[in-house]
Amino acid sequence: MATGLASKRLMKELAEIKSKGTPPGITLLSAEDMQVWLFSIQVLGDETIYKGETFALKMKFGPRYPIECPEVTFVADQTYNAVIPIHPHCYSNGHICASILGNEWSPVLNCVAICITMQSMLASNKKKERPQGNDRYVRNAPSNPKLTRWHYDDDTV
Amino acid sequence: MSSDDEANDIYYDDDDYGDDFDGQAGSAEDESMSEPDAEGYDVLSPSIDDLPQKKPYDVTYKVRTVQEIMDMQNREVQKIHALLDIPTSTAAILLRHHVWNSEKLQEAYFTDPEQTLLDAGLSPPSSPSPVKRTRSQHTVPFECPICCMDFTKEQVEDLTLTMGCGHRFCRTCWTEYISGKIRDEGESARIQCMGEACKRIVRPELVDELVPGELSKKYHNLLNAAYVADSPSLRWCPHPGCEHVIECHQVPPRMLNQLVPTVKCDCGRFLCFGCGYAGNHRPVLCKIVKMWEKKCADDSETANWLQANTKECTKCQSTIEKNGGCNHMTCKKCKWEFCWVCMGPWSEHGTSWYQCNRFDEKSGIDARDTQAKSRASLERYLHYFTRYANHDQSAKLDAVFYTTTENRMKAMQTQGLSWIETVFMRNAVDTIIAARITLKYSYAMAFYLVRNNDTEIFESNQTDLEMAVENLSHQLETNPEPDILMKMKQDITNLSAYVKKRSDILLDDVLTGYFEGRWKFTVTV
Ligand SMILES: [Zn+2]
Ligand SMILES: [Zn+2]
Ligand SMILES: [Zn+2]
Ligand SMILES: [Zn+2]
Repeated sequence: MATGLASKRLMKELAEIKSKGTPPGITLLSAEDMQVWLFSIQVLGDETIYKGETFALKMKFGPRYPIECPEVTFVADQTYNAVIPIHPHCYSNGHICASILGNEWSPVLNCVAICITMQSMLASNKKKERPQGNDRYVRNAPSNPKLTRWHYDDDTV
Repeated sequence: MSSDDEANDIYYDDDDYGDDFDGQAGSAEDESMSEPDAEGYDVLSPSIDDLPQKKPYDVTYKVRTVQEIMDMQNREVQKIHALLDIPTSTAAILLRHHVWNSEKLQEAYFTDPEQTLLDAGLSPPSSPSPVKRTRSQHTVPFECPICCMDFTKEQVEDLTLTMGCGHRFCRTCWTEYISGKIRDEGESARIQCMGEACKRIVRPELVDELVPGELSKKYHNLLNAAYVADSPSLRWCPHPGCEHVIECHQVPPRMLNQLVPTVKCDCGRFLCFGCGYAGNHRPVLCKIVKMWEKKCADDSETANWLQANTKECTKCQSTIEKNGGCNHMTCKKCKWEFCWVCMGPWSEHGTSWYQCNRFDEKSGIDARDTQAKSRASLERYLHYFTRYANHDQSAKLDAVFYTTTENRMKAMQTQGLSWIETVFMRNAVDTIIAARITLKYSYAMAFYLVRNNDTEIFESNQTDLEMAVENLSHQLETNPEPDILMKMKQDITNLSAYVKKRSDILLDDVLTGYFEGRWKFTVTV
């Protein structure tokens, strides 16, 4: 449920995406309301281990967005042929461990900035593997990743 | 970072990750917290010297009010304000950043004032301070990058603000942001600018100006709490409803393997200054009580033991209910007297106290196969746990027994005793509860003790205290005939004095033993 604060800001972001477009490899798939948006992310170039793969990033906005960070997860989506990336910071339930989505969130960031960070997080990875303790986490995880207290293990994301 | 919610926590076991968890901001402080300077603990602190003569293992301390804690901070702030010639609010932020280590702060400031201010999230002296805000002319309209509201160039000065780092936002967004940090995240001293990666700290004056009264009150309470948490010589009283703080300068963490710093708060309750335990866990060390409680919580056998407060008489099998703390049980039906703990006949307990407190290690040594060994180790654990839990439960029952005692005191007053003459009853119950708590923790200690001659002295002290407590407990539960009231009073008074004496002997032996390095444990302390 977006209040005045969130919806005005999201409308502005939407207008900007429509007029200026999104960075290469990032597409807004759906933004039907001011509550949930879906982006697709691809890592471009030949260097990447994710060549040819498409990922879907779901953002759920609370009434206090952008003072508060949105709820961000990777989702598997057949329509867009999207899978959850195999990455040491992505759990198999789509939860992402990234400080920008936690204690380093700043209200001046926006949806596109989140997408760019996720894209570069994928681009810098050299080895496809799940985080340590993935199964244990997925078994006990709350549905909202923001309720997890993450302990960020490197400064690059 | 600690957590209240284990299930949702992600921990990495790998040591490589360890350094990054606390983030840059916290690491410097954490270091100075865990390795306090030796000079921080002046054993003969001049401010705390007016307490009566104590035992060598007792610590000197003072109970402080929240106001006194605030005054302490103000005194330090004023000192730095005068020394460095900076505004008091700046001095406060610098001190918080340096975890109230005034010497380190001065050293840093004299070396590089500009960098010291920046590190603490303050604007350097040259940039405009929001406190002495001068009306500046804004020549362009402004759009708040957060809420996307537009402001005309005339509105910018009044409706938007920056903390000197160049990041400007509207006042509504600032208020919303700071309120959320205080209300939802419990943050205080480390609320930073909303700008991306900007470390500029939000000053208390700005918080007071922007957020409503209730929240700004909470903010200042959080600042206070952080001051206490950051200070190794302060600790909040852990008891519910109490807002006192204990000040003690004698207990650096490295002393906790030879000291059990039990203190009594002004609310009348005991706590451990070493570990914050809400009670008196003497004679056992902080580290061991923690280990023991964790073991009890983890062990499924423990749950099995906590059966209902009923047992069957070993002779006639009728159900016997325990309604007081006394372990000397008499079956109402067949009059069989037995011990509640070991279910053995009481006749063996009265004169020469049986070894109800000592576990027979022989069966463990003789066990050959691993299965028998693990059973022996479980039995050993249950032996101590049974006694530990029994005293815990008995102490609780004795507390309930207070009400009965009050009634009996009233009855005695009708039988010719004055109120003051009946107080011995309540004192006796107090003595029993305190002694049971000591006994309770003594079993946690015994579980981790290596068997040797010293342990035998310890166990015989334990036995003597057990016996003294049971005698007094039994006497208290007996209803005397009116004509022997004075005799009973004398008996109970004597027995109480004896329990106190036995309790002191046990505690004295154990606590001085720590200083002398007499106790050997099966775990490292
Ligand atoms: Zn800033
Ligand atoms: Zn705004
Ligand atoms: Zn208290
Ligand atoms: Zn303790």
